Amino acid sequence: MTSCYVVHEAPVRRVAIFGGTHGNELSGVFLVKHWQENGAEIQRTGLEVRPFITNPSAVKKCTRYIDCDLNRVFDPDNLGKQITEDIPYEVRRAQEINHIFGPKDSNDAYDLIFDLHNTTSNMGGTLILENSRNNFTIQMFHYIKNALAPECCPVFLTEHPNLKYATTRSIAKHPVGVEVGPQPQGVLRADILDKMRKIIKHGLDFVHIFNEGKEFPPCTIEIYKIMEKVDYPRNKNGEITAVIHPSLQDQDWQPLNNGEPIFLTLDGETINYEGDSTVYPTFVNEAAYYEKKQAFVKTVKVKLTAKGIRSSLS
Amino acid sequence: MAASCRFKPLSRVAVSGGTHGNEMSGIYLAKHWLRNPMELQRGSFAVTPFLGNPRAIEKCVRYVGRDLNRTFTTEFLSSTEAEDEPYEVVRAREINQTYGPKGSAQAFDFMFDLHNSTANMGTCLIVDSEESLLPMHMCHYIQTHYTRSPCPIYLYKLLGEETYSINSVAKAGLALELGPQPQQVVRADLFTQMRDLMACALEFIELFNNGTVLPAFEIEAYKITGRMDYPRYPDGEISAMVHPKLQDKDFRPLNPGDPIFQTFSGEEIPYEGDTTIYPAFINEAAYYEKKVAFAKMEKHMFSIPGLQRE
Repeated sequence: MTSCYVVHEAPVRRVAIFGGTHGNELSGVFLVKHWQENGAEIQRTGLEVRPFITNPSAVKKCTRYIDCDLNRVFDPDNLGKQITEDIPYEVRRAQEINHIFGPKDSNDAYDLIFDLHNTTSNMGGTLILENSRNNFTIQMFHYIKNALAPECCPVFLTEHPNLKYATTRSIAKHPVGVEVGPQPQGVLRADILDKMRKIIKHGLDFVHIFNEGKEFPPCTIEIYKIMEKVDYPRNKNGEITAVIHPSLQDQDWQPLNNGEPIFLTLDGETINYEGDSTVYPTFVNEAAYYEKKQAFVKTVKVKLTAKGIRSSLS
Repeated sequence: MAASCRFKPLSRVAVSGGTHGNEMSGIYLAKHWLRNPMELQRGSFAVTPFLGNPRAIEKCVRYVGRDLNRTFTTEFLSSTEAEDEPYEVVRAREINQTYGPKGSAQAFDFMFDLHNSTANMGTCLIVDSEESLLPMHMCHYIQTHYTRSPCPIYLYKLLGEETYSINSVAKAGLALELGPQPQQVVRADLFTQMRDLMACALEFIELFNNGTVLPAFEIEAYKITGRMDYPRYPDGEISAMVHPKLQDKDFRPLNPGDPIFQTFSGEEIPYEGDTTIYPAFINEAAYYEKKVAFAKMEKHMFSIPGLQRE
């Protein structure tokens, strides 16, 4: 039965899997390295899947970055900067990556990039969506969520006028962030790696089935849309004076209501959330975000609908 | 009944937070105590808090040049100043001068050292050996008075090995190792546990100083026998991960044949020792470079003689 309203999307032929965008987020690093040696698992007929280490210098030092966060410098300004002696390593690297997998916003750009990340937050296997109108990606997420059910696969929408950042994966037509936690930086947990591996497997299966001509009817998924970042309470010197409250710790994606605890001062006092409505916090106590002044991110639950899609070659 | 061992009351006590600059519970605690020293005052003594590795703390890394907590050996402490020596060697000599010298009569009576691990260490107490009577008595006191979680005792010194840790500068010492906590992260629950454990330890010192007779006892402790590295490729990269069945099972028995590693192709690698051992520091982030996937320990029962103030 053909649907009366289905969007014909170009087949997805060129796929990349990025690991080591942050050099101490090890699941992606080791999966990519393994797939570079033995790529059978990620091959699908009809598409090229290229595993790639994006920040090799940071990976070698097992650190998030050398000079600056690679996952924040894929904006036009940095991508177009002239290469000089003192340009940050990551900006130079971003331009190299843009050359290989982009150029960003052009027809030559890769169709799809999976960017593999870990977090110290209890986010489970989170899928990150950059564009609320990208039917292909929403359909893929719907497929992955169903495949992994009853295990949860939260979808985090980072679309926002100011809070959205220029990610490594954003050079592709369909950028997909895969954020699995909790895992400490510099640690490789078998269970977390396995979760990430399953997400990629189902993501690639989806692409293959899509390319083969299957029609995916319109679908609706529940997602968490970014609203606001919340910093730690700090003193005049900028030092943190309260830590994430035990009631909020590890409660990513759980409802947070007005009056509920969010911080605990070092003197033992509780600071409560003050807001008009229920929010869903995420990136709660992410190690790398202390310097970005982010204790947690507030999101709201929203239903997102994707149009039906079908490969335009079928 | 054997007579108690007699020690002088403890008057000079120190506590280091941030011996490793990314182990946050101790760093936050030490900074808090530096602002509020009253919390560390007791009737018969006071504790001096200090930041073990300030440069590493500033950068929120374990160390800048070399691991500070491996630098308190005679070799480093008695080395002459050199231009290009690691920062931690300079710092170790400073700490030795302030709280030592190690092995001398002028050394501090006791030093606490606050650590976190990415491994599921719980609330672990680390002593160099069962022969350190005062720390063993302190551990016994903590185990019986801090009942929120078990406090396993880890005896870290291998036979014949020289002590190398920061608290070996003092006449006696105890390290608190709390986990799991990622590096660079401060969890409220572990911060509170560490603070409460310290309060318990200080209670013990106060009781000891006030003349309480501490009778002999039997105590279970884990003694290190060796370390197990990850399987590696010829180029040095790890070729397998800690097996999901071993992950987080610190202080639980590991029997010959039990799975310990899992390759990236899914194969299981079993433990090939002859006897049951007890692993600790399973999957500690900082130990990948030290080539340690986990430490191997034996469980022992030790008889500890009684103790009393001189």
